[in-house]
Parts: sequence; C-alpha cells; structure tokens
Amino acid sequence: MLTSVCKTLGRLPTPTVELSVTTLPPRMSPDSDTSPASSSPPSNGTPSAAGAGRDFGFETRMLHAGHIPDAETGSRAVPIHQTTSYVFDDTNYAAQLFELKAYGNIYTRINNPTTAAFEERIASLANAVGAVATASGMAAELVALMTLLEPGDEIVASAHLYGGTRTLFTNTFQKLSVEASFVEPNDLDAWDAAITDDTKVLYGETIGNPQGSVLDIEPLVELADAHGLPLIIDNTFATPYLCRPLDWDVPLVVQSATKFIGGHGTSIGGVVLDGGSFDFTTIDAVAEPSDSYHGLKFPDTFGHQGYLMKTRAETLRDTGASLSPFNAFQLIQGLETLSVRVERHVDNAQAVAEHLHEHPRVERVAYPGLPGNPYHALAQKYLPKGPGAIFTFELSPDGQAPRAAGKTFIENLQLFSHLANVGDARSLVLHPASTTHQQLSDEEMRASGLSPGMIRLSIGLEDTNDLLWDLDQALHAISQ
Amino acid sequence: MNSSLSPEQQEQYQHPDTIRRLLRATDTIAMVGLSSSPQKASQFVATYLQHQGYHIVPVHPKADSILGETAYPDVESVPGPVDVVNVFRPPHECPTYAEQAAAIGADALWLQLGIVSPEAAAIADEHGLDVVMDRCMKMEHGRYQGGMHWMGMNTGVITAQRGRRQV
Repeated sequence: MLTSVCKTLGRLPTPTVELSVTTLPPRMSPDSDTSPASSSPPSNGTPSAAGAGRDFGFETRMLHAGHIPDAETGSRAVPIHQTTSYVFDDTNYAAQLFELKAYGNIYTRINNPTTAAFEERIASLANAVGAVATASGMAAELVALMTLLEPGDEIVASAHLYGGTRTLFTNTFQKLSVEASFVEPNDLDAWDAAITDDTKVLYGETIGNPQGSVLDIEPLVELADAHGLPLIIDNTFATPYLCRPLDWDVPLVVQSATKFIGGHGTSIGGVVLDGGSFDFTTIDAVAEPSDSYHGLKFPDTFGHQGYLMKTRAETLRDTGASLSPFNAFQLIQGLETLSVRVERHVDNAQAVAEHLHEHPRVERVAYPGLPGNPYHALAQKYLPKGPGAIFTFELSPDGQAPRAAGKTFIENLQLFSHLANVGDARSLVLHPASTTHQQLSDEEMRASGLSPGMIRLSIGLEDTNDLLWDLDQALHAISQ
Repeated sequence: MNSSLSPEQQEQYQHPDTIRRLLRATDTIAMVGLSSSPQKASQFVATYLQHQGYHIVPVHPKADSILGETAYPDVESVPGPVDVVNVFRPPHECPTYAEQAAAIGADALWLQLGIVSPEAAAIADEHGLDVVMDRCMKMEHGRYQGGMHWMGMNTGVITAQRGRRQV
C-alpha cells in the first residue's frame, strides 16, 4: 500500500496528504504538513471520482477547470501567487526539476500556480492537452512559432491577418531569416502553390481581422496534413466558446486573451494551445535533441505534451514572454463568465449589423451573421453560435469624401469608445483611415483591403437600443 | 483523450477508477525496458515514480543496476512481490510480459503511452490482472496528484472538494 511506501520517506503526517508533499514545492503545496489537522478535510483513502468519470459541460469548466481548493486554506477563488520563485524540497528534487524529471514550479518566468490555473482552464475550454500562457497574444505567436522555426524556414499565412501579426512575420521574423508569404485564406490552390521545401508552418485566423472572413478550416487541415505541416490558427475573435479549432484537428491554436477572454479590457495576455493530434517527432526543430537539456528529445519523452513542454521549458524560458500572475488572475475572472458574455456580444452584434445593413448612410456591412455575406455558410459551419462581435462597415457618405465622413461619424459617437482594441465589454470603434492607416492614400488603403470610409466596430454588452441610437445619431451627423 | 484505443477499450483499459486504484495500492513496479540512458523517457518515468515513493525494479537484459536499483534480466527473475509490471517495449513483445506478470502473481499489467497490445491485455485479463494500456504512469500520477497541472496541462480533474489534488 502507498501508505507504507510513503512512510519510508519519513515526513508524511497522514495517509491522504502523503503524495502531495513529496513533489509540490512548499510554497503552493495544497497539503503542506504545516496545515492544522482541522483544516484538512480529505477523507481516508476513497477519493471521489473527482470528475474523472464525467465529461463536464463548457460552463462548468469555465468555473472549475484548473483550480481545486487547496487543503491548507480552502480558498475558493484562485489565489494570486505573486512570487518570482519557489523553495525546493531538497537538492535532489531541485536537480530533477531542472532536468524536467519532476513536475513543479521553478521560477515564474517558466511557470506559476496562478498562471497554471488559467492555463489549465483555457486548455480545458479549448479541448487542448495543455496550454502555455504568454505576456500577450503577440507573445503567444512568437513562442508558438519560435518553437517550430529555424533560420531559413518559411511561413505560409492567410493574407487576412491582424496587422501586428503581419509585421511580426514580415519585419521581426525577417531579422531571424524566416520568410513569410501570404495567400487568400480560402484559396486552397494558392496555399498549395505557396508551400515550398522550406515551409515549416501554415498560419491563419478563424475570423480574419479586419475583413471578417471565416476560414474554411477543414480542407486547410487536410492540405496541411498532406504536406506534413503543422497549422496554427489564431482564434482570438471566436474564443473557445464560439469555435474550437482543435476539434477540427487543427494542431495548434494561439489566442489573445486580452480581448473576449478577459473581457474587461484591463489585462494583456495570450495563450498557446496544443490539441495533441499532431506528431511533432516529424518536425526537426521540435524533435531534435535539446542542447540545453542534455540531448532530451521532447516529443519522444513527453509524448503528446512534448511540443508544449518544449515551448515552456525552452522558448518561454529563453524569451521571457511570460504572463504575470496578476494578469493571469484577471483573465481567470473573465473566463468564468465567458459564455454568458459572448452570447450577449453576439446577439448585440447581430442586431447592430442588421440595423446598419438597412441604414441609408451605410454602403455595406461585412458581418458573416448576415445571410448575404459571402462567409455566411462557413460561419454557420464553424461558428454556429455566432460569428463574433467584431466587424466593419462602409459609410455611404452622400457626396462627401469618405475619409471626412468617417471622421465626422467617429467624433459624434457618444457611447462607442474610439480606441485601438477589440473585445472589450464596452463597444469600441475605429476608423482606420483617420488613425492606424492615416498615412496611406485612398488607393493604398484599398490595395491593403481597407477603404477610406471603412469603420470597424467591436460590439459590447450595452443595452442594444442604446447602441442603435448612438450609431443612428452619429450617422445622421454626416449628412448635416 | 489522445489515445488510439476505441471508446470501449478506453473504458476497459484506461478507466480512471482502475488507474487511481492502482496508483494508490501499488508499492513495487517492475519496469520492463527501463533504459540505462538518463535522457530516455523510461528514465523520466522511473525517476519520477521513485521520488514519489514507489519501489522501482528495473528489468533489463544487460544492466546490473539502474537508478540505484538492482536490475534483473527478465520479469520472472524479480525477487519478492511485484504489484505492477510496467512495460516500455514494443507491442509484439507484450504477450510474453503478460504471461510473466501472471506467473509472478502481479496485480496489474501496465503498457506505457503509445503501446497497445489487445493480445497481451486478453492474456492478463484471463489471469485476473488489471490492465492499463496506452497510458503513461508518470502522467497519470501527475494528473491526479497535481504535478501535471503545474505545467499548464489539462488534467481533466474537476472537483469543488477541498484538498482533492491527490491520486
């Protein structure tokens, strides 16, 4: 019996707490032997099924996955472990930790108990084998890709990408001798033609920013598989509530947690998720012996957790792109209400899109929730609960210059916040032609898929009628 | 989750109740195919389980000792009671280990992650042994005890009961 086994270790007070003490660093050990007996309710030897026998629903996991109230304090909320480092049990244990032979906390740049709660929770919601949280969505892209790529490698990516991702690929990665090419997201032949012997990864967004294009994931996964390449999908606009690309056998997902995951607009963060379906022993950059771990081969040793272990133990360790424990705590607060909020985001977005679609001052609305939208069928397939809450529309400026009309519209809005973010609980608006892209001519804007009269909205949780009122009065101001 | 087994086989050979019962009840684990090389997966598993207090007995055709424990050339040479025969060898060898596990009176045959042998399972079943297949003993221990959670992995363990991070 384990009871007798553990007694041989000579430091374990009661049968039920023995195992934890042997591996968990004291700082976060839930069953620390310093805890008073009265605060340690675990019973004697017949643990409950602890969820093992049941597949709990999404909403249950939003609230419970990744956090079990610890025996020492019983804290119901996830505590903020605002610590840089963790005391080792002994030198032998420390050596095992550094060799990755023991599980445990070493240093918050690599892992942290609060961050781990966030990671396991979002991994559970995304149906991933695990997650690595990062300082931002951009950091998630960086560490996900740096784990896969070496100098001379190439990325083939959808042309419908967030601008920051595009500059990461074209500017920063170029300094590391990694090249990227861009293709129309749903043109499979274009993807196929762009893949060369040096291509190591394919990259796209579930819902392209800002075009609102829905990626046809299934055939792209097939194409990636046929080439033996991992596909990474940025699922920021959809969240795991609206779409779970890993369920479609996408190997890897990255996600900004700053947006709908947090929802409050207080904290920057990101996450890398692995569905466990891709065989990384076939990818040299991941599979080859690691110089910094005595020749350890991550996918051989850690199986389907190998890619994430390498991402954490090497890339996160070396780049320092880690999420702070406080931000992890904030993002956990967001996850706990994700489905409820996103449902309302989507309902409001649909109402606003339909309203604008009928408005005489609006030329067109690019929301896949509208039946006439070219991505409507794909949205129904991949995003049956709704295609998110971020979309663009084109002003019909009634004889005015579209750029000036856009400016007038923005300046007359009362509720929509004019800023460069999306996915806040509040409704947000951006007019690229007078802000992020103001240095481009009308023609240059059209060449990059934008236009001078284009407005981007991120629909929040406000009273629907108040949002419609605000848009109406600002549209009315254009024709004054 | 992450297994080539059918749902029925998973129910039979990866059942959480069986896994947790074995992890709790086991003292001695005979590890067939435990490598003498420190960077092999089997050494990671053995080092971890040893640190958790399990008695690891290496079964290795050539080595004298691994991780400080005397190694034996085959399962049947292992002296003393063995609770689990844990296998890191290819599937076609597994029926032999199933026979040997039964012969020495082990309680269970445990084939590691990626190793599937319905034939070995049938033999072990027949002799009344518990069988686990295509599962890593370290990961399963870490799933319930919590170590795997600290690495951001999805353990699937959900409970509101206090202090339940244990096997």
